[in-house]
Amino acid sequence: MDLGSINPVLLLASLMVAATPILIAALGELVAERAGVLNLGVEGMMITGAICGFAAAVNTGSPLVGFIAAALGGAGLSLLFAFLTQIALANQVASGLALTLFGLGLSALLGQGYQGIKPPPTGKLDIPLLGDIPGLGPVLFGHDIMVYFGLGLCAAVWGMLKYTRAGLILRAVGENHDAAHALGYKVVRVRILAILFGGACAGLGGAYISLIRVPQWTEGMTAGAGWIALALVVFASWKAGRVLLGAWLFGGVTVLQLNLQAAGSALPVEYLSMSPYLITILVLVIMSADKPRAPASLGRIFHASQ
Amino acid sequence: MTLLKKLATAAVALGLASSAMAQDTTKVGFIYVGPVGDGGWTYEHEQGRLALEEHFGDKVETVFQESVPEGADAERAITQMALNGADLIFTTSFGFMEPTLAVAKKFPDVKFEHATGFKTLPNVSTYSARFYEGRAVQGHIAGKMTESNIIGYIASFPIPEVIRGINSAYIHAKKVNPDVEFKIIWAYTWFDPAKEADAATALIEQGADVILQHTDSTAPQAAAEKAGDVITFGQASDMGEYAPLPRVSSIIDNWAPYYIERTQAVMDGTWESEQTWDGIGPGMVGIGEITDAVPADVKTEALALKEAMAKGEYHPFTGPLKKQDGSDWLAEGEVADDGTLLGMDFYVEGISGEIPN
Repeated sequence: MDLGSINPVLLLASLMVAATPILIAALGELVAERAGVLNLGVEGMMITGAICGFAAAVNTGSPLVGFIAAALGGAGLSLLFAFLTQIALANQVASGLALTLFGLGLSALLGQGYQGIKPPPTGKLDIPLLGDIPGLGPVLFGHDIMVYFGLGLCAAVWGMLKYTRAGLILRAVGENHDAAHALGYKVVRVRILAILFGGACAGLGGAYISLIRVPQWTEGMTAGAGWIALALVVFASWKAGRVLLGAWLFGGVTVLQLNLQAAGSALPVEYLSMSPYLITILVLVIMSADKPRAPASLGRIFHASQ
Repeated sequence: MTLLKKLATAAVALGLASSAMAQDTTKVGFIYVGPVGDGGWTYEHEQGRLALEEHFGDKVETVFQESVPEGADAERAITQMALNGADLIFTTSFGFMEPTLAVAKKFPDVKFEHATGFKTLPNVSTYSARFYEGRAVQGHIAGKMTESNIIGYIASFPIPEVIRGINSAYIHAKKVNPDVEFKIIWAYTWFDPAKEADAATALIEQGADVILQHTDSTAPQAAAEKAGDVITFGQASDMGEYAPLPRVSSIIDNWAPYYIERTQAVMDGTWESEQTWDGIGPGMVGIGEITDAVPADVKTEALALKEAMAKGEYHPFTGPLKKQDGSDWLAEGEVADDGTLLGMDFYVEGISGEIPN
């Protein structure tokens, strides 16, 4: 084995890139679930965001416009889910699954003609002095802007849920929508906003894959990342900090196992291959020994008449 | 009485007519492992399906299902297709082997064709292409062009077809460059662009300046292009949108003639269970244009190698060759038999690492 061929600085940089899409998508789903909405359509919203962002970035030449379009695309698709579950009072599990199927089909349709095209490159954050610090510089300051956006979003979601009035209302709606309603909070409105936020985040996560991580459009390219994000929210016990940890673990072990394989590790490939799932689940399950529970109203339908 | 008779005759005639009409169109089904827009493996099968429709026009009706997972769900998808009246079903991935056989036993009148497998039944044929001939050309170019002497290989699953490709590429890279080293990553997927890109990036970060892939999407091409100074080869499809760099050549699968021939056989009632394994010669494997990024002399040698294989003058697995553990495999001038190649489960001498089980 030749571990010397693994460059830790490059490895950490790749880790960030691998973790960012699931981090952003999972944070969106976290907010939706804390408001009591179980949206299983993350995969569909991600892939829709991936193509919306890709198409917009290619047509305008601006990755920023691409990411905005991706957020709008994801949010647009989630609006359908919001209508079904909040207005038409449809079952959330079924609607979410339908949303994923719909998103996969819709993205394949929208993506006609975008295969084999290169998106405009997203610039890296190059801070002149800080980026030059040996070792630390490239690890901390050498990434694309979306990596920092993901970290900032994580802090913002955590702070919002914990310290703000808006976060308190959101949690109240998710824990007991009847009580929240009795207190005069607009349960449906809060939930629709949370769903839209979740959709926008999923869209951004998808666009991160199509614009930065792979840079290209291919049908079905999210290949299950949405489901990973969904699982991560549960294993992270609906806490923003643990979502970040889980995303890093998953992304990190994924990249690490590929690097270990390339370096000719003595560990059997089968174990390396399943290690991202095993290690992430194991760590988060051990951490959730404090018996967390899901938001009490998660997945339940609310109507003001009841 | 006569009226009744006439009615009965009319009914029988109608029945005959409708069954005759049904026989006029042959329904051909395709089960794909990835999306038709993957730009690689499934894309080429889809091109074969479209060529089939164009060739036969109204005489065939084709149906397909894309992104069918390998495993239990495949059996459901194939059964559904058979129930819907398909006369001939192509299942286009190695992992569909057992599901295809299981469904074929239940539908003895439906013909099945399984790509890249090795098990047959009276109503199940197998077909595959000798991709390893194309790998020989890739290995030659890769060995000549690498400067770091490290060649990265993104493998999918440890099945004979993939192992053959690695061995063939390695043998021919080593032949022209004794210092060459292969770094192999098993992605355990046929199609996951993000993972394929990550694998390519990991290999590049560890010094590889040539990336060979045995996965289906163009993601490794994009990753190589992003990294710069890395060359790649199109896999299954030309992937010409990444030419002239990083993609310097490609292996192109050409399924259309086979699909047309087999559908014709079903129409004529001459279909029989066979095992087809064609290479560059019959045209099932094509070598995509070698771009100008490749030095002219290397290009000439690569084309000569291709020509020799097409004419059957040269076999990529010609002795002397040893297995990875140092034991003898092929003596001087000896050529590997198809049986060994079809079940290949060992690396040749010089490749490091173990094949996962």
